[in-house]
Amino acid sequence: MHDLRHFLARYGLPPDRPILPLGVADADAALGGGLNSGALHEVYAQDWAAGGFAACLAIRLAGRKPFFWVRPDYEALEYGALNAQGLVELGLDARNLFLIRTANAAGALAAANDILSCPHAGIVLLELCGEPKALDPVASRRLNFIAAEKGVSVLLLHEGAADQPSAAQTRWRVTCAPSGDGEWGFPAYRAELIRNRLGPSGSWTMTWNPDDGLFRESGRAAHAPHPGALVAAASYRPVEKERRFAF
Amino acid sequence: MIAGRANNSLYIAALEERAGRLGLYKGQPLANARAMAPALNVRSADEKQDAALLEGMVEWCDRFSPFVAADPPDGLILDISGAAHLFGGEAAMLNLVTQKIGAQGFAVQAAIAGTIPAARALAKFAALHIAAPGAEAESLKRLPVSALDADEKIIAALRRAGLKTIGQVMARERDELAARFGKAFVAELGILFGHEDRPLNPRRPLPDLMAEQRFAEPIVTGDAIAASLLSLAQSLGDILEQRGLGLRRLEASFFRADGAVRRIELRLGGASRDADRVMRLLQEKLEKLHDPLDPGFGFDLIRLEAMLTERAKAADSDFDSNENARSEIAYLIDQLTARHGEARVLRFVQQDTHIPEAQSVGIPAQDRDFAQQPWTARHRKNDPPLRPLRLFEKPEEIFAALDTPPDGAPAFFRWRRARFDVARAEGPERIAMEWWRKEKPTRDYFRVETKEGQRFWLYRDGLYDAVNLHPRWYLHGVFA
Repeated sequence: MHDLRHFLARYGLPPDRPILPLGVADADAALGGGLNSGALHEVYAQDWAAGGFAACLAIRLAGRKPFFWVRPDYEALEYGALNAQGLVELGLDARNLFLIRTANAAGALAAANDILSCPHAGIVLLELCGEPKALDPVASRRLNFIAAEKGVSVLLLHEGAADQPSAAQTRWRVTCAPSGDGEWGFPAYRAELIRNRLGPSGSWTMTWNPDDGLFRESGRAAHAPHPGALVAAASYRPVEKERRFAF
Repeated sequence: MIAGRANNSLYIAALEERAGRLGLYKGQPLANARAMAPALNVRSADEKQDAALLEGMVEWCDRFSPFVAADPPDGLILDISGAAHLFGGEAAMLNLVTQKIGAQGFAVQAAIAGTIPAARALAKFAALHIAAPGAEAESLKRLPVSALDADEKIIAALRRAGLKTIGQVMARERDELAARFGKAFVAELGILFGHEDRPLNPRRPLPDLMAEQRFAEPIVTGDAIAASLLSLAQSLGDILEQRGLGLRRLEASFFRADGAVRRIELRLGGASRDADRVMRLLQEKLEKLHDPLDPGFGFDLIRLEAMLTERAKAADSDFDSNENARSEIAYLIDQLTARHGEARVLRFVQQDTHIPEAQSVGIPAQDRDFAQQPWTARHRKNDPPLRPLRLFEKPEEIFAALDTPPDGAPAFFRWRRARFDVARAEGPERIAMEWWRKEKPTRDYFRVETKEGQRFWLYRDGLYDAVNLHPRWYLHGVFA
């Protein structure tokens, strides 16, 4: 009887996988209306604050459902510990936030798979650094498949890594952009959609508005984006050859 | 022969039967003993190991009763009130305990009485005796006064006074004894005869409910263990259902036939009595143990104890989708916690403090009902984020240059071997540390944005003043 109730609760209702517009008309057009929930998306952050773009996308995708942030311990040492107050400042209700810290990338991937098996989760944001061996094309295809089946979104945030082929629906390469004149301090990004299963690529400069949970196109795309890591003071090393950046 | 050291000389701490027959006794100085029997095999006493062994025995005796205590240097006390019938009566239990401990290679003397001192005395001087309830006096009458739990001086004084057996002591008046030997002695006598009570403290917290299964043939295989756990979980679930309770914390104890005991704890976020769910979580936990469960020669007792129970909500609101979602998420959390440990599955609470690193604190997700926790919303509408997304636990020192004292942000700074030029800055936001930490200076925080658009949270550690000419700068966090 318990199994029957469970089955009905899970499958009785029609699958709820809304398409969530980001708020920037051109980007939404390229995405075919907006970002698909219940799918795998990837963000490659190219400099320090660009990881926030993934957080903003995740807040958009999660809605009011539980938000799971999964990261190996090493991330906290390199890139800083997660500040729940900071996510509240971006518009998330901290009561929906769960943080899973694992010992390594393989554990993080296992935890993400576990969370995906529960259809009531809103989003899993898996933060990884470098190119972990555990995340091979098979693993990413599996993530995409389970996400689609259960209706839970997955966002992979790669820091300090070169982009690689995977089964993601959309792949973004993001750097920071200076915030617009009237909007000093608001999170602004130069986001390049380098792979889109449902439409063309493109790049846009977007600013996140924490109060309504949407992006808007920012007027100021002041400097042409640097082609790679904005890091090494002494020697500039091109992106592809390096395993992980020293940023 | 074990020799111990006391008062700078060696004496016999323990000896074998054969040595006893030679006329040696416990407490004899070793020199005398060697004089009497030159060929002695002597080992030195190791109190620590003895104590550890005794502790292990106490753990093992948990199978008989949860009220067990060590009675150093070589005794155990078990409170079996209400437990004797589980073993077929007091006599049967006494025989069982003696036999089981003896089977491990110890020489055992045991007795049952109504009070702890009486039982101790009887065990030492009249083994295998069961004193009738309330009639300790009868059993103790013929024991010598050295069986009393009193100071040696008092026992010597008793002998000098002509009181050689406990019966003779009992015959005296209380006031007489108090006058001659002290009130403390009379109080001890009171406890001995049961006029006052000094109960035994259980070693571990007592469970609310318990289900256990004993095996005549110790079991070894994983399947048998799993089957046993499942049936125990089901019987526990039945009792919980009758009482309308749910489980929050469960402890599974595995008693090995050779004396080792292994305990596994399982926590649940919300009260539950679903035996299958508990079983699945327990299996998860067992699989993820660093030190896998080793049956050795087999487990002869498996026990499930409900350490913490709570009123459980009725299970028929499954059609309410919110309730369903909440309980599914709770089960997911229980599963993740069982797999990764409590400290790795966190939710957040907000603290009332201005110290930025202490404002939001991660706490194990099963700990409390987080949905009820209050959170103040963002500072003001139409304001950019005022707190960073990432905070370094140890703020990283930077080389900051060209700031305009006293309140200016740097023009550029060097961090992790890269240089960042500041395009815009806002601040200072002055945050003072706790007033009782006098050595921690006030921090002036600045939100800065570099030319490329990266946004950081810097602070200057301390204010400019006559003493502090070159305060340090740190990078505390990264904004989104």
